[in-house]
Amino acid sequence: MIAFRELYKAFGPKQVLLGLSVEVHDGETLVIVGGSGTGKSVALKHVVGLLEPDAGAVEVDGQVVSRLRRRELTEMRSHIGYVFQFAALFDSMTIFDNVAFGLRRRRMTEADIRARVAESLRLVDLPGAERQMPAELSGGMRKRVGLARAIALRPKYLLYDEPTTGLDPVTAAVIDELMVRTREALGVTSIVITHDMRSAYTVGDRIAMLYEGRIRQEGTVEEIRQTADPVVRQFIEGRPDGVDQDSALVRGAA
Amino acid sequence: MLAALGRRSVGFMEEIGRLGQFLADTVRALPDVRTWGRQLFPTMRRIGVDSLPIALFIAAFTGIVLALLASYTFTGAVPLYLVGTLVGKTTMMELGPVLTGLALAGRVGANIAAELGTMRVTEQVDALETLAFDPHAYLVLPRVIAGTVMFPVVVAFAMAMGIFMGWVAATTLLPITTAEFLRGLRLFYVPFDIQFGLIKSASFGFVITLIGCHLGLGTRGGAEGVGSATTRTVVYSAEMILLLDAYWALTLLRPA
Repeated sequence: MIAFRELYKAFGPKQVLLGLSVEVHDGETLVIVGGSGTGKSVALKHVVGLLEPDAGAVEVDGQVVSRLRRRELTEMRSHIGYVFQFAALFDSMTIFDNVAFGLRRRRMTEADIRARVAESLRLVDLPGAERQMPAELSGGMRKRVGLARAIALRPKYLLYDEPTTGLDPVTAAVIDELMVRTREALGVTSIVITHDMRSAYTVGDRIAMLYEGRIRQEGTVEEIRQTADPVVRQFIEGRPDGVDQDSALVRGAA
Repeated sequence: MLAALGRRSVGFMEEIGRLGQFLADTVRALPDVRTWGRQLFPTMRRIGVDSLPIALFIAAFTGIVLALLASYTFTGAVPLYLVGTLVGKTTMMELGPVLTGLALAGRVGANIAAELGTMRVTEQVDALETLAFDPHAYLVLPRVIAGTVMFPVVVAFAMAMGIFMGWVAATTLLPITTAEFLRGLRLFYVPFDIQFGLIKSASFGFVITLIGCHLGLGTRGGAEGVGSATTRTVVYSAEMILLLDAYWALTLLRPA
């Protein structure tokens, strides 16, 4: 289980997270939605220790991430796959080397690595892409390689940072389908950060809305669809009016 | 004005503190030989071998100019064979290491800062960490070790080129024979001259690569941040080269 407990984070005078608390149960996919600049990605980075909280904690399987020693953190990270917003592929390496990268930390034979890379690329519908370079791929394909790199490690948890942002609707739907298929194939627990409500409804078991640095509402997909909360309603319906826009932005959050 | 000076001093000390912390993190990554060992030889080639052309180019012209400058300065009052002495001593002890260091601050330091800065802003460094790699082991150590080891090698070639071209200039443009040039070259030569130049260049390689890695990995923002990190790397590296140059002279050249 992953748990955010009263998480606070500021960057200089900019308050981003103001007591974020939410739990992600084993086997489920929690989608965290919210407007741009509300600190969704900041929250996600705390899970793998890329950021340290000012107060509060993130717990992964009962371990407080910010208190882990370097070796313990490395061990914990090996159970988590992270799919970055812009894929974050190593642009000097081939697709094979990108997907194989994390596997080389493990004591696997070259034959096993080759097999795992091929299997992972097959799972994201990119079989035979091993020799290509990231620069030769479209945005959607890069995201799929990013997903392949994450699942190659057979992680217990998968974290998706804006997986469909910047993609056309068809490619976004393909990514959504891949996320659902990955969960079914590997049985992973996932956190998905997005502001794409169609994606949230497709991949989520539960949805939590981040607003002004904390969770405004969380519930099942159906509960969120039926919500009476005006802020959540405005967001999921994508209406520009109805709630004071200035208050919808976390103060100064990037 | 005092307040501004104080703020600048505090800022400078903070920067030194951050660099010290960065160095400590880098040292802590040393046992992870499996990670940095694989990167070391390709990085040594990139930092060392690929820097040879620019280093040799600079050294060649420095050697020529030194020979002509020496003959111009001596103007008959000093024996011309001392052209060899001046070319040798200056190239080995000062101009070889310092000019090569300054050139490589641009070539190597800027390259490292731009590369790591781009990796930082495109989240490739974060990706490394989430894949359980320590950026200090994977990115920093190979560059710092390669810089410290390869700068003296490059400078050694630059010394040889500088002296060779000094000899070419002296024997073709000045009324001096090869025997006279060599006599001057040997006159005050001690093996320490070369050691001094190589020690300096190793320290230059260390600080240039360390500063490039520190500022590159500390990049914030997009293209502007990368540009700023690159520029600051070149400026700080050049300043550090001159400071270290003075430090080594003060510690190793003062009469006992």
